[in-house]
Amino acid sequence: MQTDLLSEARRQAEICNACRYCEGYCAVFPALHRERAFSDGNLTQFANLCHNCRGCYYACQYTAPHEFDLNLPKALAELRQHSWKTHAWPRRFADLFDRSGMLISVGLIVCFGLFFALVQGMRPESGAGFYAYMSHGLMVAIFLPAFLLPLLTIAISLRGFWRTVGGADLRLGDLWSALKSAGRMKNLEGGHGDGCNFEDEDRFSHARRHFHQAVLYGFLLCFASTSTGTVLHYVFSMQAPYGIFSLPKLLGVPGGILLCVGTLGLAGLKLRADSELGAPKAWGGEMAFVLLLFTVAATGLILYAATGTPWVNWLLPIHLGSVLTLFLLTPYSKMAHGFYRMAALTQEAGAMRRADSTQAHMSLGKEERR
Amino acid sequence: MKAGPDTYDLVVVGGGNAALCAAITAAEAGARTLILETAPKPYRGGNSRHTRNFRCMHSGPLGPLTESYSEDEYLADLMKVTDGKTDEHLARLAIRTSEECLPWMEQHGVRFQPSLSGTLSLARTNAFFLGGGKSLVNAYYRTASALGVEVLYEAAVTHLELEGDTVTRVDFTHEGDRKSVSPKSVVVASGGFQADTDWLARAWGPAAKNFLIRGTPYNRGIVLADLLGQGIAQVGDPTQCHAVAIDGRAPKFDGGIVTRLDCVPFSIVVNKNAERFYDEGEDVWPKRYAIWGRLVAAQPGQVGHVIIDAKSLDLFMPSVFPPIRADSVEELAEKMGLPPEKLRLTLDAFNAACGDTSGFHPTELDGVTTSGISPPKTNWARPICEPPFYGYSLRTGVTFTYLGLKVNERAQCSIGDRAVTNLWAAGETMAGSILGQGYLAGFGMTIGTVFGRIAGREAAAHAN
Repeated sequence: MQTDLLSEARRQAEICNACRYCEGYCAVFPALHRERAFSDGNLTQFANLCHNCRGCYYACQYTAPHEFDLNLPKALAELRQHSWKTHAWPRRFADLFDRSGMLISVGLIVCFGLFFALVQGMRPESGAGFYAYMSHGLMVAIFLPAFLLPLLTIAISLRGFWRTVGGADLRLGDLWSALKSAGRMKNLEGGHGDGCNFEDEDRFSHARRHFHQAVLYGFLLCFASTSTGTVLHYVFSMQAPYGIFSLPKLLGVPGGILLCVGTLGLAGLKLRADSELGAPKAWGGEMAFVLLLFTVAATGLILYAATGTPWVNWLLPIHLGSVLTLFLLTPYSKMAHGFYRMAALTQEAGAMRRADSTQAHMSLGKEERR
Repeated sequence: MKAGPDTYDLVVVGGGNAALCAAITAAEAGARTLILETAPKPYRGGNSRHTRNFRCMHSGPLGPLTESYSEDEYLADLMKVTDGKTDEHLARLAIRTSEECLPWMEQHGVRFQPSLSGTLSLARTNAFFLGGGKSLVNAYYRTASALGVEVLYEAAVTHLELEGDTVTRVDFTHEGDRKSVSPKSVVVASGGFQADTDWLARAWGPAAKNFLIRGTPYNRGIVLADLLGQGIAQVGDPTQCHAVAIDGRAPKFDGGIVTRLDCVPFSIVVNKNAERFYDEGEDVWPKRYAIWGRLVAAQPGQVGHVIIDAKSLDLFMPSVFPPIRADSVEELAEKMGLPPEKLRLTLDAFNAACGDTSGFHPTELDGVTTSGISPPKTNWARPICEPPFYGYSLRTGVTFTYLGLKVNERAQCSIGDRAVTNLWAAGETMAGSILGQGYLAGFGMTIGTVFGRIAGREAAAHAN
């Protein structure tokens, strides 16, 4: 299976390297054109640099029915999905990627059941807000390991990935350049700044880029909200619930709204896009992941709105259950893509830096060409 | 067709760059326009799909172009490659108008990028399309559609009915039916005839059956033949075409840019009898790859074989198909179907004729030459002796033909001594009106854009 994916990606990359028309679209092509032959590590790196903007597919002279049958976005999407499985840790969990849609559903039900039972069975004597339903200590006891363990496994996976793609010295400058690229989703801008092709064949639009950034920044705001809450709790001994003009709420409410808008937008685009230009088998899992993120954000907002009503009895387990599912499945779901993407962008920044310093030949040949 | 057959102001025959420029220009002038594209949608755009740049005059930095490129310099470049066989009046018109075309192209959705890797020498003269010609074609179809231009794919025009000096009817087949439409104006922009290898063979002799066609299989010259058969004025020599030497393993049609091979200057090239036949080091490859199309066409079987050794493998752009590899010259000959002893003799003679190679420089005319051998190799002549050895086959790849419709400065066709009142032509189908032979990179797109816009403007004015 893996050799098939790699050899198909290699076959296509070799055609791309002889053509080079797509050079301006994204980071994949300059990286590809630096090589003459492609190692498995090169191909894995290209796969994780590819943002599936599809610009190259619609511009390609060699897509089916042409006998070269190029579909680079698909070849790289399938290899990308596979590379996450290859680097998953522990190894025996690798197949979870193929079932992440089902896993998310089951996870939601189990986690919801767990919290519902806890809320019913271990209701604290005292406490305000959510803590009236579940003690702070119990929440921390569940969520701290559920947050840290996945991060640990991701870190182990990334170390393996870094080795595979031939990552050399890690410099802060490279990381900064990767952050800048991800921060504005440069690779979905299309080189000309008109955006990417996704939901309407070869029409360029910023829809996917904007919705993705709503999700990214929404998630980061929610994360910041939780972090500030933790600081308020432990450092300033200020306990939840917090008022609307507190940091956790000022960050969390806009974050939750952005996440809702972004996830719904992405789900809508995904329904309209051609699934044959991605990894078709991963479609269900990706969609489930987007909807899980939506559930986390929406239940969080509704929960806030329902403060003080009996609905909290139900809403709190749903919200905490979805958050726990998200955390636990981070290393084995689409959530992992962010970590691999950052690693690939960092590696590419380093490779560019090294290539600049050894500016090679290669101005041969193609000049008077039509 | 949404409307009745008599309601179109303009029918454009063809669906590439020139056709789209004509359709867009006419639609903007208010003409109700129908494009009849013979290819299915994935193959729409004719040879424009395979293009990638636009040669453009400019008096100062313009879009992606640096410095300036004057009308006279542009014309001089053109005269050099065509050996003076150029209609100077129309060439100057194309060159002068190219400057206003570039912003027009951008306004209509085309996006440019800095020169591609390996093409830096063109940064001043040629504007490259981001994503290549197919992305340009996509952008124009989007623009045309927004302007209300209708497009029929797999609509093969079979005949233009001519009554006196007016086209009265356009016949075509679509979805298995014969259909007709009677527009006020017609623009023909359906390319040359190179995909009709029988026609090529009539012009070239049977050798043409072995040629590869670099571009679309849909340029079969059906409309061109129909019009010439009715006495529409013709221009160009039927044996003239833009032909280059490409990888012999390329597909028969539509191989496009990736089938190019840049290794000839570092090689010896032999025919199927393992004999050398031309100076492989005459000039840098970009200036010579076009003549090799004809050189290979003149060899038995219309095939050449390039032989290099290990030290040259990384000196040229990667090829789409890997080279044939062998540890000895004899083994390579076996694999390539060449007589091994003869290849050994040819190679030994060549190697013995090589002299001091210390001045070898892969990107410049280095004067590292052979002595006492015919034909000589006058640059980059290094012995081919370091295993493994690598081989490629070379075949003639035809880009487009020059026989076409003769037009005037208004892109209008003529019959006898008078203009056809409602027929214009643009793109490769009339490029012979400007170029007699030879080719200048990016000039085909210039002709298509300039004359497509002129044809669209004139056709719309006539309809109104």
